Amino acid sequence: MSKRLFVKGNEAAAMGAIEAGCRYYFGYPITPQSDIPEYLSRELPKLDGEFIQAESEVAAINMLLGASACGVRAMTSSSSPGISLKQEGISYMAGAELPGVIINISRSGPGLGGIDASQSDYFQSVKGGGHGGYRIAVLAPNSVQEMYDLTMHAFDLADQYRTPVMVLGDSVIGQMKEALVPNPRPVRELPAKEWAVRGKSGGEQRIVKSLFLGDGELEAHNWRLHAKYRQMMEKECLSEEFETADATLLVTAYGSVARIAHTAVAMAREEGLKVGLFRPITLCPFPEEALKAAGQRAGRILDIELNTGQMVEDVRLAVGSGVEVSFYGRPPGAGSLPSPEELLDQIRKHYA
Amino acid sequence: MGRIEIDEIRCKGCGICTVACPKQLIKLCDKANIQGYTPAEAVNQELCTGCALCAEICPDVAIKVFR
Amino acid sequence: MQQVFTRPESLKDVQTHFCPGCQHGTVHRLVAEALDQFGVQQKTIGVASVGCSVFLYGYFDIDVVEAPHGRAPAVATGVKRARPDSFVFTYQGDGDLAAIGTAEIIHAANRGEDITVIFVNNTTYGMTGGQMAPTTLVGQKTSTSPYGRNKAKDGAPIKMAEVLAQLGGVAYSARVAVNSPKNVLQAKKVIKRAFQFQAEGKGFSFVEVLSSCPTNWGMAPLAANERIGEEMIPYFPLGVFKDDPIAQD
Repeated sequence: MSKRLFVKGNEAAAMGAIEAGCRYYFGYPITPQSDIPEYLSRELPKLDGEFIQAESEVAAINMLLGASACGVRAMTSSSSPGISLKQEGISYMAGAELPGVIINISRSGPGLGGIDASQSDYFQSVKGGGHGGYRIAVLAPNSVQEMYDLTMHAFDLADQYRTPVMVLGDSVIGQMKEALVPNPRPVRELPAKEWAVRGKSGGEQRIVKSLFLGDGELEAHNWRLHAKYRQMMEKECLSEEFETADATLLVTAYGSVARIAHTAVAMAREEGLKVGLFRPITLCPFPEEALKAAGQRAGRILDIELNTGQMVEDVRLAVGSGVEVSFYGRPPGAGSLPSPEELLDQIRKHYA
Repeated sequence: MGRIEIDEIRCKGCGICTVACPKQLIKLCDKANIQGYTPAEAVNQELCTGCALCAEICPDVAIKVFR
Repeated sequence: MQQVFTRPESLKDVQTHFCPGCQHGTVHRLVAEALDQFGVQQKTIGVASVGCSVFLYGYFDIDVVEAPHGRAPAVATGVKRARPDSFVFTYQGDGDLAAIGTAEIIHAANRGEDITVIFVNNTTYGMTGGQMAPTTLVGQKTSTSPYGRNKAKDGAPIKMAEVLAQLGGVAYSARVAVNSPKNVLQAKKVIKRAFQFQAEGKGFSFVEVLSSCPTNWGMAPLAANERIGEEMIPYFPLGVFKDDPIAQD
């Protein structure tokens, strides 16, 4: 039996990264994710790894780009405003088809905003983020265990599809302590990194770039990236359902607020209300087929987010016009995290 | 005793080599090459010492030097 | 007779896109010669920047990673940390290195990353059409300083070789020019010296190369070449500003 640890979500992500074989970390301090660089600054040197506290988030993501170009497993982490700065590098990595893991323990915007749990980063995470032409995979853990498991998974997805992958949490998931079973890394067969620079070593020249100026080159490149996204959509969607089989109202929520929604749904069930919860685990690719089935079965959806409504757009697109989709949001800020009772009230209100 | 070969297709006719040659044995010719530039050409090659200064200054690595 | 001057092996035998008289070609060749001399072509990873220098991979027969604008020193840092046995250099222009990439160059230098930076200073943004660069001389007219660079409003041109020489992690910092055969031969020595530091694992080395941009200066190649000697060198003095193999200690 595996040992059980009692750790913070942020530490679990760092432990998952190490278990996944990541030995290179580049980051810049920002609340509420600083436990990740703190943990890795301590542990990576013991493993002959490299830890750099960069001069900025911009530099950190570009160090990640450089290390990833060499074919090693590498990562960075930050929080919303820092992720905004990293979008440049993420775009270049996506363009150059470089793997790499970015952990985003998001905080509240816009601007300096605050440090409370927030889901304001949904759009900049799942819609491509930078100046277009790509999407990256985005995973949304809702527990300390998932911070560990999904960070490991992120490295596999990154290598499989040659893409940056984001793990999107918030201060609730990052800062809370829970039991963690540090399972060994699952085995996944991955393609050899025959594109990685290594110095020619007597072989062919290798070039890692995102500039395509030849006639038709960039168009073809955009379609290739799109095909990769479609392939992820087909094969990599993850979601979790709770009490959805007979539900006539389906709650959709991800990450930290899905934990609260889960409690609220359980309370509603105790009252005899046929309510279920659909939790996307991959925000990109968005599990639209599974949600469509569950949503159409229920006929009515209440989407709950810690913002003014972002994922709800994808929920509506997934289920189509035949399903009524309502939204309840608590934009971030001190005292704005909803209680289970508050969400239960919303469930009662929307329950037909 | 030296000799140079100027790649008249690569040469962009910038002329920097013409002033680099201590003996002024290089000049631009009148006829345009395939790029539309008037390339450099060596004259009075028998005076060339093969010092290679023309090649060192050529931005297009268009000059081979023999000595 | 024997051939005494040939194209270095690390430089592909292809036509460049550079304008007539543009000395990127010269600097490319000098760097390639140094790679050949150290016998490191097969383990070199070049980091290309944004600007006319972006096509590095098209001209050097080495592995290349392309960096976003200004970020080459950060990318090179990631490369060198991941592959410490490789030989890593960045090749950057003045807008890239001394404006948008100031933070990255200062901190890579200050950390003493074991890389070599080749900095081509032609006092203008070449690729985008000759706008004012951080190194544009006072009074110099560019497409965004049509009345000439105004020191009171735009500041004085940055002397990067001197700036970097102040930093603890920098082992070697020098400025050369490629406007005359004599200066080219000196540049060759300096670039090799810079590479020597990396070959011996002795820290960050930096070479600033003064070169021309005839097209955007609106000058014929020969006149542009003369401007380097007449206007640039008096402001940007040639020389070695730091040569300290024990900078890392």
